[in-house]
Amino acid sequence: MQFKPYARSLAIAFSLALVAGCSSTGGTQDGSMDGGVAGSGASSSGVSGGQASGSGYGGTAGQQADGRIPQQRTIYFAFDSDVIRPEFESVLAANARFLRENGNASVVLQGHTDERGTREYNLALGERRANAVEQFLSVQGVSPSQVEVVSYGEERPAARGQNEEAYAQNRRVVFAY
Amino acid sequence: MKAMMTAWLTAALLLASQLAQANLTIEITRGNESATPIAVVPFAGGEGLPEDVAQVVHDDLERSGYFEPLPRRQMMDQPSESEQVRFGDWQALDTRYLVVGSAEREGDGYRLRYELLDVSGEQRMLGEVVTADAGGLRGAAHYISDQVFEAITDIRGAFSTRIAYVTSQGVGDDMQFALYVADADGHNSQQVLSSREPILSPSWSPDGGKLAYVSFETERPAIYVQELGSGKRARLTDFQGLNSAPAWSPDGRRLAMSLSKDGQPDIYVMDIASRNLQRLTRDSAIDTEPSWAPDGRSLVFTSDRSGGPQLYRHDLGSGEQKRLTFTGNYNARGRFSPDGESLFLIHRSDRGYQVARQDLDSGRLVTLSDSRWDESPSVAPNGTMVLFATQQGNSGVLGAVTADGRASFRLPSARGDVREPAWSPFLN
Repeated sequence: MQFKPYARSLAIAFSLALVAGCSSTGGTQDGSMDGGVAGSGASSSGVSGGQASGSGYGGTAGQQADGRIPQQRTIYFAFDSDVIRPEFESVLAANARFLRENGNASVVLQGHTDERGTREYNLALGERRANAVEQFLSVQGVSPSQVEVVSYGEERPAARGQNEEAYAQNRRVVFAY
Repeated sequence: MKAMMTAWLTAALLLASQLAQANLTIEITRGNESATPIAVVPFAGGEGLPEDVAQVVHDDLERSGYFEPLPRRQMMDQPSESEQVRFGDWQALDTRYLVVGSAEREGDGYRLRYELLDVSGEQRMLGEVVTADAGGLRGAAHYISDQVFEAITDIRGAFSTRIAYVTSQGVGDDMQFALYVADADGHNSQQVLSSREPILSPSWSPDGGKLAYVSFETERPAIYVQELGSGKRARLTDFQGLNSAPAWSPDGRRLAMSLSKDGQPDIYVMDIASRNLQRLTRDSAIDTEPSWAPDGRSLVFTSDRSGGPQLYRHDLGSGEQKRLTFTGNYNARGRFSPDGESLFLIHRSDRGYQVARQDLDSGRLVTLSDSRWDESPSVAPNGTMVLFATQQGNSGVLGAVTADGRASFRLPSARGDVREPAWSPFLN
C-alpha cells in the first residue's frame, strides 16, 4: 500500500513542483502549496488512500490521508541558521496536520548540523533548529505532548565529505515517528 | 533522582574489550628545527625482545617536538654503557645527549638498565635499572622517556599517560560508535564502550580512574560515569533536552555540564555525591563546553550571547562572568593550560577552524595548527602538547601540536573516523 521506492523518491523529489499541478486529483493538502500555512487549520477535505498509492507520482508529500505518516519528513537549513525556509513550510504543515489529526501519534524532532565547528556547540545548534520546528508545530495547533526534541549535532551526518553539497544535506531536522 | 540513575549499571556493552583493538600509528607532520639533537642507541641484548625499547624511547622523544633523535643508520658505534662511549664520535655528529642501555630476561620479566649522558660535558646525568613484567616493556620504555625528558628539559614527562578517543563508522542511521582508551602514543588500545548511537565528550577524572562521557544509547543524550578498572558505570543525568559536555573539577567531586532542561543550554555544576545542581548561567543564549581552571576557582565556557560563539570565564567566588575572546567571530571549546596562564581553543579564521592558544593576561591569540577542520583540543598534563581532532583525506584522525606550534604529528587509524581525544592526567 506504500509507494514503491521509485515512486516514493519521485514523489519526494518533485513534491513541491507537483503540488500546483495535481489539484485535479482532488483534495490537496490545502495551504501547503501556497505557503499560507499558519491557521489553515483542519479544512482539508482529505485524500483517499487509494488515490495516493494508486496513481504513482500523484501522491505527493503534501497529500496524506488521515492516519498516514507524511512521506516527506526532513527539512533543511541554511548555514548557521535555524530559520525555517518558506519552501519547507508545506512539509511542516503536512506533518502538523498528521499530528493534529492523530492525537495518539508522537514524533521525535531530530536536529542535525553540518560538521563545521565544535561538537558540543553543534549539539546546541541542532537543538535550536529542532526547537524552531517544534515552535512551528505548536503554532499549528500540535499538542506539545506529542513532540520531543533530540539534537544529534554533527554526530549523524546524512552525507559525508567536506563540501557544501554534503553540508547542505546534513543541516536538517528529521521527523522520526 | 530516579533510582536507576543512582544505581551502578552493569557494563553489558563492555564485552570483549581486549579483542577490539584500534591502535593508532604516529606520523610526524612537522618537525621542530630547533629541537635538541639526541641519540638513543639500541639496547644491548634487546634483539629478541617483543618490543624494541630504545625505539619506543626514540619515538617518544621525537614526538615531543623537543628532540631530534639521530637515525640509527647514522650511528658509528652502538655502546651499551657509559664506559664504552667515545664522546668525540658523538660530538662530531653534533649529538648533545646520548641514551644507552641493555636488556636481559629476569624470571618471567625483563631487567632494563639505561644511562643518560651529556655529550658535550662528557658526563653521566642519569643511570637506573628498571624491571618490567612480560607485558610491561612499552610501559618501561615510556618511563625511561619520562626520566630522560625531565632530566634535560626540567619539565615532567607525559609519555606514560593515556588518551581516550571516540571512533565512528558508517553514515546516517547506520553507524557504529566506540570509546577507547590507549597509551599516549596510540598503542595498547582498549575498547571502553561500543554503541550504535553517538558517544562524545569523554572527560577524565583527575585521578585517571574514571571517564565521564555523553552516550545516546537510550536514543537521547545522557551523561555517564564509568570506572575504567572495573567497567562499572552509572548514568548521572538524563534530563529532558541536552545533557552534554561533562568536565571534571580538579578536586574530582563535581562535574560541570551543559543542560537545556530549563530552556536554552546553560552551564551547571553537579556535586557528584549528592547529585545537587548549581546553575551558573541563565540566559537565552547557548552556553556549553565548560572547562575548569586548574585551581578550581573558575570555569571557561562557550556562549553565543554576543551573537557568535566566544569564550567567557565564570568566577565561582564572585559569580562574575567576563568575556575572554575578541579575535574573530568564532572561538569555542576552551581548555586551560595546566599552569592556568593560557587557553587552548578552536578559532575560526579565513582558512577554517584551527587550534589556537590565547594568553590570558595579554589576550593575544596565536594559531597553532594548520589544517581547516580542527576540533576538540585536549592538553597534555605537562602542558607541552595539544591533542585535537582533524581531517586527513575524508577521514577523521587525531593530530597533535606542541604548545608553541613548532612541531606536530598525526595518529591515523586503520579504519573509520577518530575524534574527541581527551588526554589523561598524570597516572604515576
